[in-house]
Amino acid sequence: MNSQTPNETGTVRRHRLSTRLWHWLNAALLYVLFTSGLGIFNAHPRLYWGHYGANLDAAWLEIDRFPGWLTLPALYSLAMSRHWHLAAAPIFAFALLFYMLWSLANRHIVRDLAFRSDDLAPRHIWQDIKDHARLRFPTGDAALRYNVLQKASYIGVIFILLPLIILTGLTMAPGMNAAWPWLVDPFGGRQSARSLHFIAAFALVAFFLVHILMVLLAGPVNEVRSMITGRYRLPEERP
Amino acid sequence: MILTRRTLLLGATATLAGCDRLGRNESVREALFSAENFHRWAQRSLMARDALAQEFRPDQISPIFRANGTANPNTPAYKALWRGGFADWRLPVTGLVTRPLSLSLAQLQAMPHRTQITRHDCVEGWSAIGKWRGVPLKTILEAAGLRDSARYLVFRCADDMGGGRSYYESIDLFDAFHPQTILAYALNDRPLTVANGAPLRLRVERQLGYKQAKYLMGIEAVASLDGIGKGKGGYWEDYAGYDWYAGI
Repeated sequence: MNSQTPNETGTVRRHRLSTRLWHWLNAALLYVLFTSGLGIFNAHPRLYWGHYGANLDAAWLEIDRFPGWLTLPALYSLAMSRHWHLAAAPIFAFALLFYMLWSLANRHIVRDLAFRSDDLAPRHIWQDIKDHARLRFPTGDAALRYNVLQKASYIGVIFILLPLIILTGLTMAPGMNAAWPWLVDPFGGRQSARSLHFIAAFALVAFFLVHILMVLLAGPVNEVRSMITGRYRLPEERP
Repeated sequence: MILTRRTLLLGATATLAGCDRLGRNESVREALFSAENFHRWAQRSLMARDALAQEFRPDQISPIFRANGTANPNTPAYKALWRGGFADWRLPVTGLVTRPLSLSLAQLQAMPHRTQITRHDCVEGWSAIGKWRGVPLKTILEAAGLRDSARYLVFRCADDMGGGRSYYESIDLFDAFHPQTILAYALNDRPLTVANGAPLRLRVERQLGYKQAKYLMGIEAVASLDGIGKGKGGYWEDYAGYDWYAGI
């Protein structure tokens, strides 16, 4: 995403094909994973810390259940929720892996996501926070680069939240417990992993809501088009 | 673009309803159910045949081991066995074996045993850690002489699930000969209670709770699961759509 001159339609290339494909695949998969995950959670709507945890142990969170309009399927079926969840999960995990490798190879990570030295200057970060709070979105060439808050949230999601949700998901599998017994301990045990899986899912929902809000504020047509066709109209400089 | 809470809710509900409809489509169901094959293949590619499920220290045992499913079979036949301290109970080992067996509890308890402190993971999401003692299934299968054509072990149970159907489960040879696959008669150094499957239950530690058949009444070696129940290999597999491979 270097400086570009707009073409005859007044747009510039913004998102690579790999980013666009991964984005929409994730939109569909995360939707299925979240709603079927809530369906699975309804089978035992209590969360614990540690290796074990069942009804007679102390739970740190206990709810009645998630309503049917949020779960897949709407009518409680642990078997169907699990089929949806376990079918979508491997696609989601391998898509992330391929996206990471591809983005490493095409230098998307190094060029667009990695912090630059001046990104992390406290003054710059503070300026960015103020700009966000005032909803002053970048214009011209600056709109082609991710700002520091954007970078932080994309790095946080791609390299922390998504791997966390995949690995905690894997540790809940008794088969993986035999294949990779070392995987569960860093999370503090299977029930801790289940709690972290749940927390990460809601952290992703929070990311999604802010993401949608930012798209709406920054110009939804231009933003959505850039994620479909890759082409983006540079916002005009403010006078 | 005006997005109200109402349109968002309607949108979310409509999309979910769409997924729900998809979930009832036969070929979509087939695709979703086939994920089980991927998980079985992937997990077994990643694990050695004898890879052990994690074992724990005595101080990590759950204070109370939650009992789930049938709490008491309560059939006249089971009650009679229980009243007699299971002295009249026998475990037939039949099917594709060269020497069919009929084992009493005393005979099983006299055989070499294995003790393991493992985590029981229910399909619902909870876990309990308990100390099991029992006879490795491998020992019994070797005594019975499994025929080459045998591919699965089917476990028949005493609990009536309604409609005259008793609980049943099955595993394949990959898990049947695993060192941690035992027929357990003791939990936390005491004889199995009725709630936890007295007098004998299966432990197959690399799979979920519904595979750990309780109240064992017989083991049958078979070549295929086709003739068992509705053919999916277990009660919940046949009647609720659970995966036969419960490694995840």
